Amino acid sequence: MSLWVIAEQRNGKLRKASLEALSEGNRVASKLGVPFEAVIVGSGVKDLAAEIGKYGAKKVYAIDSADLASYNPIAYSRAIADLVKEHSPKVIFVGNTLNGREIAARVAAKVGAGLASDCIAFDVDGGKLVATRPAISGKVITKIGFSSEIQMATLRSNVFNVEEVGGTPEVVEVPFSAADVDSKQTMKEFVSKETGRPELTEAAIIVSGGRGLKEGENFKLVEELADLLGAAVGASRAAVDAGWKPQSFQVGQTGKTVSPNLYVAVGISGAIQHLAGMSSSKYIVAINKDPDAPIFNIADFGAVGDLFKIVPLLTEELKKATT
Amino acid sequence: MKIAVFCKSVPDTETKVRLKGDRLDTSGIKYILNPYDEFAVEEAVRMKEAKKAEEIVAISMGPARAQEALRNALAIGADRAVLVTDDALDGSDTLATAKVLVKVLEKEGGDFDLLLFGQRAIDGDTWQVPSQVAALLDLPQATCTVALEVEPGSKAVATRLVEGGEEIHELTLPAVITCSKGLNEPRYPSLPNIMKAKKKPLTTYSLGDLGIDASEVGKNGSRTEVLSYELPPARGGGKKVEGEPEEVVAELVKFLKEEIKVI
Ligand SMILES: Cc1cc2nc3c(=O)[nH]c(=O)nc-3n(C[C@H](O)[C@H](O)[C@H](O)COP(=O)(O)OP(=O)(O)OC[C@H]3O[C@@H](n4cnc5c(N)ncnc54)[C@H](O)[C@@H]3O)c2cc1C
Ligand SMILES: Nc1ncnc2c1ncn2[C@@H]1O[C@H](COP(=O)(O)O)[C@@H](O)[C@H]1O
Repeated sequence: MSLWVIAEQRNGKLRKASLEALSEGNRVASKLGVPFEAVIVGSGVKDLAAEIGKYGAKKVYAIDSADLASYNPIAYSRAIADLVKEHSPKVIFVGNTLNGREIAARVAAKVGAGLASDCIAFDVDGGKLVATRPAISGKVITKIGFSSEIQMATLRSNVFNVEEVGGTPEVVEVPFSAADVDSKQTMKEFVSKETGRPELTEAAIIVSGGRGLKEGENFKLVEELADLLGAAVGASRAAVDAGWKPQSFQVGQTGKTVSPNLYVAVGISGAIQHLAGMSSSKYIVAINKDPDAPIFNIADFGAVGDLFKIVPLLTEELKKATT
Repeated sequence: MKIAVFCKSVPDTETKVRLKGDRLDTSGIKYILNPYDEFAVEEAVRMKEAKKAEEIVAISMGPARAQEALRNALAIGADRAVLVTDDALDGSDTLATAKVLVKVLEKEGGDFDLLLFGQRAIDGDTWQVPSQVAALLDLPQATCTVALEVEPGSKAVATRLVEGGEEIHELTLPAVITCSKGLNEPRYPSLPNIMKAKKKPLTTYSLGDLGIDASEVGKNGSRTEVLSYELPPARGGGKKVEGEPEEVVAELVKFLKEEIKVI
């Protein structure tokens, strides 16, 4: 009857979404009055147990095998589901990364758990979890109740505070044999597209450019501003469809959903499908020459004017401020 | 190959959501084929055009209006459609939905080589149904697919767009793929194809036809329930500053420094 967090690692490093899930897991476990434990899957991952312990987990199940070196949704989810069936945790949290979503959904199906994905808050009511999550592209906020014994949720990135509390967990090594690896699926390759900037869904600040930039070349204005702010770079669909940035940059209904502390929209009109991906940002700054652009309806600061004048001036000011 | 394409009828992307108490007010909503499902249908049709697939079955679970979304899939080029509709399905969560979709696959012969889904339905936004169908059938899966190569009778190679890069997965068929923007550019159905779609077969099943007990679906068969809906806190427009660029920037810098404290 504990709360589990399925922690996710990439190249031996815990992902930020998992640190957030662990921290919130610790808080919700104490609200529920149940032990807080964690699971980690991969190869050479038991060494991560100590780090997981920093976020309050008292016990870490390490499913550690050379055969799990690369991500395999069938094998990973089967191994976790077997462990869940053995120990029957009450609540399971997973960071809402793309792979976290897959694993959570598969495990929930295997163990018959209710699953609420992309949650932004949790309450406890009568000993049961109540999850808050946006739906219809952020146009409504729903509360989800559970009737299953096991209650699962994935946690939206950048919403829950990371909090180290210290501690040394007990490490339980869970056996896994080569025979359990599923040969139906192999990850052949990971092609890194790291830009040296933060990942969009994890970034605290995002600067996005739209059609107002006129040409792909002009994205350098957005990039320079982003680098001064330590921000990720995003794009509207119009900018992506024009070929100025690849699909991975797109924010919105057919792109990524982001919740940064600050979102700066440069030359973006604020179409409803764009807002669908960024309207839960804490602060929104818009730079647009059209005073009636819909983006201003939700911006905390609207700078009306020509981006080709405003952005370079802003960049200059930031350079002064940071040197 | 025989391909199943899963199609959901969802509110139009422009929809303004209104509430009636703490429930959704669905009156006046216009429904469309989920935009992500269009990528799935388009991908299937391209495989058929490349003579890699023989039959494309579009499958939906939902109220009678979902027929329209299915007709759209037929107009893009699916061969036939199946709709599961039954009042008892109301309130089904993703796992209950996945179980129904699995039953449809069985009913349709169980011999599908490829199960194509949208990456997410833009109403529930759960991204759960495809992975749950895959889990129930113990199938390999690739979500968020932006490139797909299929060797009929053998395997699929899917490129997944994930945080910070791309994962290339090799999957033995049958496999579950969820389709994302970037995979293809869905066509607009031509008028003759829209007309033709009206004559293509669309079969409707009730729960009884699929041998599903009403207690396994809907509210009773679901493990999660939407307790309430609320509108997100209204975001009024804040400050709007016009004037000389220098003045605007001075105000903006002050805002970034004093209110958001990012500099
Ligand atoms: C099914 C569907 C899904 C969609 N999904 C998405 C999505 O995921 N993400 C998304 O972004 N869109 C999405 N869209 C598209 C969306 O409807 C808009 O078309 C798109 O967001 C517009 O991008 P934009 O704001 O860059 O361009 P525009 O709407 O053309 O806006 C450009 C803005 O730049 C301003 N501007 C021009 N020049 C200057 C200048 N010199 N200085 C300052 N400002 C200037 C203009 O005033 C204008 O407001 C989707 C649409 C559909 C139908
Ligand atoms: N009721 C449904 N009928 C048919 N397909 C569905 C249904 N619900 C979800 N799907 C499919 O699963 C995908 C992901 O949906 P979701 O998990 O709800 O975000 C959709 O894009 C559809 O392809």
